[in-house]
Amino acid sequence: MAGELKIRVNEIPWTVSASPDTPLLYVLSNELLLQGPRFGCGLAQCGSCSVLVNGVETRSCVTPVSAVQGKSVTTLEGLPVWYAAQKKLKQPPALHPVQQAMLDEQAAQCGYCYNGMIVKSAELLAKNPAPSEAQIRTAMNGHLCRCGTYPRIITAVQRASRAMAEGKA
Amino acid sequence: MSRSTTRRRDFLKAGGAIVVGFPLRDILLGQTVPAARGTMAGPPDAKQVDTWLAIHADNTATVYIGFAELGQGNSTALLQVAAEELDMDMSQLSTVRLDTNVTPNQGGTYSSASIQRGGPQVRTAAAEARQALLKLASNKLNAPADGLTISKGVVSSRGGGSVSYGELVGDKPFHLAFTGTAPVKSSAEYKVVGTAVPRNDMPDKVAGKYVYMQHVRVPGMLHGRVVRPRGQGAYGAGAKVMTLDETSIGNIPGARVLRRGDFVGVVAENEWDAVRAARQLKVQWDSSPTLTGSDGMYEAMRAAKTDDRVVVERGNAADAIGAAPHKVEYNCRAPYQAHAPFGPNCALADVKSDSATVMCSTQDVYATRGTLARVIGMPVDKVRVQYYEGSGTYGHSCYDDVAQAATLLSQLAAKPVRLQFMRWDEHGWDNYGPSHVGEVRAAANADGKIVGYEYHGWQHHWSNVETSEQLALGKAAAEWQPNPAMQVNPRCCGGMYDIPNVRLVNHHVPGLGYLKGAWLRSPLDLSFSFTSEQAIDQLAFLLKLDPYEFRRNNIKDARWLGVLDAAAKAANWTPRTAASKVSQAKTVTGRGIGMGTHLASYGAAVAEIEIDKQTGKVVARHLYGAVDAGLVVNPGNVESQISGQLVQTASRMFHEEVTFSKTNVTSLDWASYPILRFEECPQVTPVVVQRLNEPSSGAGEEVMAAAASAIANAFFDATGVRMKEFPLTPKRVLAALKLG
Repeated sequence: MAGELKIRVNEIPWTVSASPDTPLLYVLSNELLLQGPRFGCGLAQCGSCSVLVNGVETRSCVTPVSAVQGKSVTTLEGLPVWYAAQKKLKQPPALHPVQQAMLDEQAAQCGYCYNGMIVKSAELLAKNPAPSEAQIRTAMNGHLCRCGTYPRIITAVQRASRAMAEGKA
Repeated sequence: MSRSTTRRRDFLKAGGAIVVGFPLRDILLGQTVPAARGTMAGPPDAKQVDTWLAIHADNTATVYIGFAELGQGNSTALLQVAAEELDMDMSQLSTVRLDTNVTPNQGGTYSSASIQRGGPQVRTAAAEARQALLKLASNKLNAPADGLTISKGVVSSRGGGSVSYGELVGDKPFHLAFTGTAPVKSSAEYKVVGTAVPRNDMPDKVAGKYVYMQHVRVPGMLHGRVVRPRGQGAYGAGAKVMTLDETSIGNIPGARVLRRGDFVGVVAENEWDAVRAARQLKVQWDSSPTLTGSDGMYEAMRAAKTDDRVVVERGNAADAIGAAPHKVEYNCRAPYQAHAPFGPNCALADVKSDSATVMCSTQDVYATRGTLARVIGMPVDKVRVQYYEGSGTYGHSCYDDVAQAATLLSQLAAKPVRLQFMRWDEHGWDNYGPSHVGEVRAAANADGKIVGYEYHGWQHHWSNVETSEQLALGKAAAEWQPNPAMQVNPRCCGGMYDIPNVRLVNHHVPGLGYLKGAWLRSPLDLSFSFTSEQAIDQLAFLLKLDPYEFRRNNIKDARWLGVLDAAAKAANWTPRTAASKVSQAKTVTGRGIGMGTHLASYGAAVAEIEIDKQTGKVVARHLYGAVDAGLVVNPGNVESQISGQLVQTASRMFHEEVTFSKTNVTSLDWASYPILRFEECPQVTPVVVQRLNEPSSGAGEEVMAAAASAIANAFFDATGVRMKEFPLTPKRVLAALKLG
């Protein structure tokens, strides 16, 4: 039954009214009206609902909201702030370097999977700032793109990696 | 700082402006040009310039486009066409969402039509407006029109005066007939058309600000889900409710069951309640077998009493083949494949007693309006359909079905209902790309010229009735009347070659009793090309000729030659006969070339693949695709489209196959219907063959056929074995290699 739950999303504490078994995705979409995480399969197979929970990419469609109490949830919308905190920047950039690189590469087509693509590659670059192409492919393998934009995503992640190393972002 | 999210929800309930995706722009426009826009049922009069274009006081313009942005970038490219003719900057132009009260009816966004059909319409409308604006400027500046120049929507005379479009007509209607006679620019004058302008939807898509259909919410709405058997049975058989136990969701007080005929759904204020209720509701469905099962499908199709039609007949193919020294005969099978959009389709309907508004991701707002009006028994002009992009649809996925279902639920609930399909609804109740049986015979003379060609294709037509309407109203299933996109396609079946004796026969298998079918990106073309181009390749092999050279020697058409040469050049093709490097190694590689396209344009591809002969796993290492689509308005977009087509073709050739039992479809998610992933994604090289002086002819699906056959021919090059069925799954590959 619905009760009061306290969760922290994009560094803002929220009190939400939801049954504890409600998947986090529905809370983010319907209570917080966030547009990053979105429904793809509800089965943790595709990655369109991905968020970071304490910095770890997590499928919000199968994660009960009660499981993230006391943890820090970051969605696509919160990536610039999350990145600024990591890099100790005074001001968050308008876009996370991966988002900027996706834009520069004109990578997306329908773009529906890009929530997961961006969240996952931001997680990857935080752990491994200069991944090889093979490492990118392995890290991203659990994220599907129906439009077939994988090649441009790989190029964009490499571009973001370079931009971060050069301190341009 | 702590805040309560209920505040945001309260705002929503109170009808606050936070409602996602509310088409504010349309309302603003409704007060300006023309006055009735947005308030009256369309389509607006296509013979009026005001229908296509509005110039605002701030010297910007709105272009009204009747094509859906499906993620292919057409909303950017069509603005380029308008910017070019208007002499305005891209930054000055915008467009609005498709809406049956607002935008013109340009027909559906399919058959690669946006640029092919829409480009000329937008171009001539913009040219007409420019001509009128020049005349106004000439009067205002007191200078002859031919002495005026225009830059960024500012008209200047040699004498020094200048006036902007905004000053001339700002937010007032043109009241000008669209005659289509205004002169348009020649390609030599193009500054914007033909350049890779960045897409206007991209910034919001990477920032998470883009409003997809799945994001739209309205005040007071309920969340809905449909309740159906997991996976469809035969088209026409429907799904029959035997028993339904409403008490089975008694523990979810917020949810209730809605039913009309065999159409069953649940609604709840809370989305999770709706999801749980749909999953939990006990319905016993009639489980009588209605299907052949995927194992028996091809035999049933081949044995069916078909409706036969000769598509092309030239010379005498049978005699020519009979008399020729080199001949091949080759039979192939190709499965049903799913659209499987990445986000299941979603719609939001608000049905009132005397009107309805439906937001959905249709490829054709006006056609969908007609069927929705029929389903809820309301006059067409009382129904308003607005388009919101969903995830890539690649043809007729469940967007109409979900719109009908949402509309039915809203009518039954007497409240707005947002309905999103679950993954198994979308995978299981799709209008699949039909399966195919192809039989080809071809022959060449001793000089390496193809002298005879014959193709027979078996498949059913597209389904005409959506599941929701069928279940709710008992509407009888029917198939579409034949059209060129659902029968044997000459542009994949030998049409690129100069062959004196040709016979193409379409065998229409009656579709009731099979799965629901519809157009899936490059409809049937992968199947045709897989069959036909392997036969052509085999002729080259028999003649001990390089497959690229053999094709070159049999093509006269400069544009087919153009794409073939472009693909071969990109791949750095070096001449040798196919299968001349077959080895006993565990891992072998091969390269292949193929041709084919959809109904217009020209496509050729080269594939480099790798096969693990122990596991049977095949991966494409590099795919090269060349497309000639006439005038390419935005080469960046087309390169992106070609790349996506190559990757999607690899997915369809290696993985994708709808499976079904005798009662229902069994491929219901990404585990049972796998698609290509990052680790096996090929490198891609897209090549745009630009033809500035040819009409634009579509580029969103024109190289998949070629890529499919290039992959098949690469498999032969690597192994000396021809595959006769796809996808090339490990099991199928190992069986074929064993047979040799």
